[in-house]
Amino acid sequence: MPTYRLSVNGESRSVTVSDPKQPLLYVLRNSLGLTGAKYGCGLGQCGACTVHIGGKAVRSCLVPVSSVGAKRITTIEGLGTPEAPHPVQAAFIAEQAAQCGYCVNGMVMTSAALLAQKPRATLGECKAALAGNLCRCGTQHRIERAVMRVSQGAGSKA
Amino acid sequence: MIAVANGGGALSRREFLKASGAAAGVLVIGAAIPRIALAQQRGGAEAAIGKTLDASEVDGFFAVHADGSVTLFSGKVDLGTGLRIAIPQMAAEELGIDVARIRIIEGDTGLTPDQGATAGSTGIMRGGVQIRQAAATAREALIGIAAQRLGRPAAELEAVNGEVRPRAGGAGLGFGELIGDKRFGLKLDAKAPLRDPSAYTMVGKPIKRPDVPAKVTGRHVYMQDFSVPGMLHGRVIRPSSVGAKLVSVDEASIRGIGNARVVRINDFVGVVADDEWDAIRAARALKATWTKEEGLVGDAGVRDWMRRGPFEADETLMKRGDARAALAAGKPLKASYYWPVQSHASMGPSCAVVDLRDGKAMVWSASQATHRLRGIVARLMQLPAEAVRVVYLDGAGCYGMNGHDDAAADAALLSRATGRPVRVQWMREDEHAWDPKGPPQLLDLEGTLTPDGRIGAWKTEMFLPRATASLPNVPLLGPAAAGIAQPMGISTGLISQNGNPPYAAPNVEVMVHWLKDAPLRPSNIRAPGKVANCFAVESFTDELAAAAGRDPVEFRLQGLGDARGIEVLKRTVALLGWQPRPSPAPTANGKGVAVGRGMAYMHYKNNETYVAVAMEVEVDRGSGAIRVKRLACAHDCGLVINADAVRAQIEGNLLQTLSRTLHEETKFDRSAVSSRDWSSYPILKFPEVPEMLIDVVDRPKEPPLGAGEAAATPVPAALANAVFDACGVRLRTAPFTRERVKAAMVAMATENKRKA
Repeated sequence: MPTYRLSVNGESRSVTVSDPKQPLLYVLRNSLGLTGAKYGCGLGQCGACTVHIGGKAVRSCLVPVSSVGAKRITTIEGLGTPEAPHPVQAAFIAEQAAQCGYCVNGMVMTSAALLAQKPRATLGECKAALAGNLCRCGTQHRIERAVMRVSQGAGSKA
Repeated sequence: MIAVANGGGALSRREFLKASGAAAGVLVIGAAIPRIALAQQRGGAEAAIGKTLDASEVDGFFAVHADGSVTLFSGKVDLGTGLRIAIPQMAAEELGIDVARIRIIEGDTGLTPDQGATAGSTGIMRGGVQIRQAAATAREALIGIAAQRLGRPAAELEAVNGEVRPRAGGAGLGFGELIGDKRFGLKLDAKAPLRDPSAYTMVGKPIKRPDVPAKVTGRHVYMQDFSVPGMLHGRVIRPSSVGAKLVSVDEASIRGIGNARVVRINDFVGVVADDEWDAIRAARALKATWTKEEGLVGDAGVRDWMRRGPFEADETLMKRGDARAALAAGKPLKASYYWPVQSHASMGPSCAVVDLRDGKAMVWSASQATHRLRGIVARLMQLPAEAVRVVYLDGAGCYGMNGHDDAAADAALLSRATGRPVRVQWMREDEHAWDPKGPPQLLDLEGTLTPDGRIGAWKTEMFLPRATASLPNVPLLGPAAAGIAQPMGISTGLISQNGNPPYAAPNVEVMVHWLKDAPLRPSNIRAPGKVANCFAVESFTDELAAAAGRDPVEFRLQGLGDARGIEVLKRTVALLGWQPRPSPAPTANGKGVAVGRGMAYMHYKNNETYVAVAMEVEVDRGSGAIRVKRLACAHDCGLVINADAVRAQIEGNLLQTLSRTLHEETKFDRSAVSSRDWSSYPILKFPEVPEMLIDVVDRPKEPPLGAGEAAATPVPAALANAVFDACGVRLRTAPFTRERVKAAMVAMATENKRKA
């Protein structure tokens, strides 16, 4: 069974899988115990599985583990903790931008990638960036407010 | 392969290994699960096993510990709605303790009383209110104990901040000192006095939900994230057509995929493997042959089928005056409205873990009814109820009964067959195709106006699938395929409510033609039936207002007598800056993008929450696309427990129902569901999210009512009315897809030409 060395949240991790095509999502969840990324569709349609690879928001359900190589993977667990949340996570808490929260991994990771690239993203850019992230509870308005809270507070201490 | 006929006994682990040819020493991947996080989430609840589960006992709901902290045992669960903070707020207020000192355990049949399913928007108004009374009883008891210890009359004491102390000041005794780790041994006292709402310090406040930090940092352990040692991953292969029988399974087709193996029980076929990806690959690779069934009516045939029957009964739900005679005497306006079959469409496919061994079953489930599920598992697996424990874990939002209970039955079957704990998570296509569906609804309305432009007569004729009387639960897929007997029938929730106009009318009749069956297995979906009923009633009210040449708000207000209803209606249109005039708008016959406004009102179940919705929309006459620009809602659910959680529920109801109205219809042919993903069953996306204006009316002196469903109901009619106002097109069939809007435009143009 092939073994891969991955860079996950700043640590080097070794994983052995039965199939090189196994999507990264299952490796993160089952081999590394990082269950923040969720299985939603396995088709790249919903965004629940989003992680950062090389700083870009990527659907981990579509990424074969064998294709990742040395690129740096960041999961939602690596972004921040309940005690020391990333500014985007802090904004989601401030706006209470989760109901069931199953989609929120993708919302946080996509928003964080957007704001890393465009710290002063507009509401229109926020909506466009999140257009591929689905939420069934209807929390979109709060998520927009959370992203705007960060982008409008950029430069100052949010 | 493991073949178990007629759901017979489980194989031992050794038999299983022998039967499946599993090699010893297989590398087990997938053990590193954040169990510490889960332990924190559940807060050492296991220590309380053996406590009373009696909902008439204070000890059923509360344990006060020696350190003065409190554990609250709630039969109602937080489905993402905020009950996890709201119910502790109610309890904390009555007890007299900081809400942060209360830990809540939800939906654990080993620990919590049965308070019924978390459904029907009853979490606060029944569950929370019951717990509030238990808390008031407990507080009075604590004051009583303190009175004895302090040698002072109880009337001179108060419970504040976790202690009982003299009202006049001076040292008090902490709750832990008074009763720490001992039982109350008291029945709930219905007469235990409740605190005066004007003195509330916690109820009503937007206290932040305790689970959000863990959710947004990836630490919250969902059902889908939960595992137990030695667990197998299972997937169930559903038939290629509904009702099909399994002809054959080619076991060799999955050879070489890890240690995956087949479990077959009659027509139930699943695969299990140590590794989840292996289970998924095996489920995909498995060659199974099914009979071809063509027993469905197909989505395009539902409406005709509903008119045709077979019917089980007709029922008159409301009769005032003589609507039929009044309609026959006038020239009634007539219109029919149709609401399609819809999926709960949960973001996370349903999941469960079951460990069924040695005559006992542990079930972890995101079911909205863990206590009911316990009985189901016991019946299906022929175990005594005492041998089954169901523990609730958060799943993806379910909005009614999705596939969670099915997944639990699947996992139970696989666990019994393998003698190992089994986790089953449905795949996306399983959830979209096989979750029990919101049933279709068809309504014929007729009405007349009086000479002075009021409602003269009104008749609602509904065509609805009839819920089977005293059916204990929605029949589950796995046991049905496995040939295990279970009570059969259909379950829909209370779908015939609110078919009446909430406005004065001298002659009203509401009746229903009950259909014997439903096109696909139904269940309750958020605000059961009332989304479609309000769509019909409030669209038709708008049609009457237009026929009378009256402003839709004025038309409604002249027939609305309930002060709370009048207030939400007025507040809603004020949010939008509504200018009175009849619909359609003067610009309705223009070209390009049309702009309009519409509104609708609901008194939920005729005796619960009051809510109105108004919106401003744009309709692109070229593409047929509808864009909601501003969405306004005033909402009166009586006493507000958590202002922000209520607001979140309103937002969610509005956006989810906007999605259901614009986009959603389960597509199926004669054999099976074809809308099996998010492209064939689209839901609302960020660019479609409108500006939202929400006004929460707080009525501290009124009982708390539900906020989980009511605001969903006026959305479709408000949207249809706004589209009519914008461009004169009346949409009576959901969803309002571009194609349907364009077709309606063409039909209207043709009709106008014919008239001209």
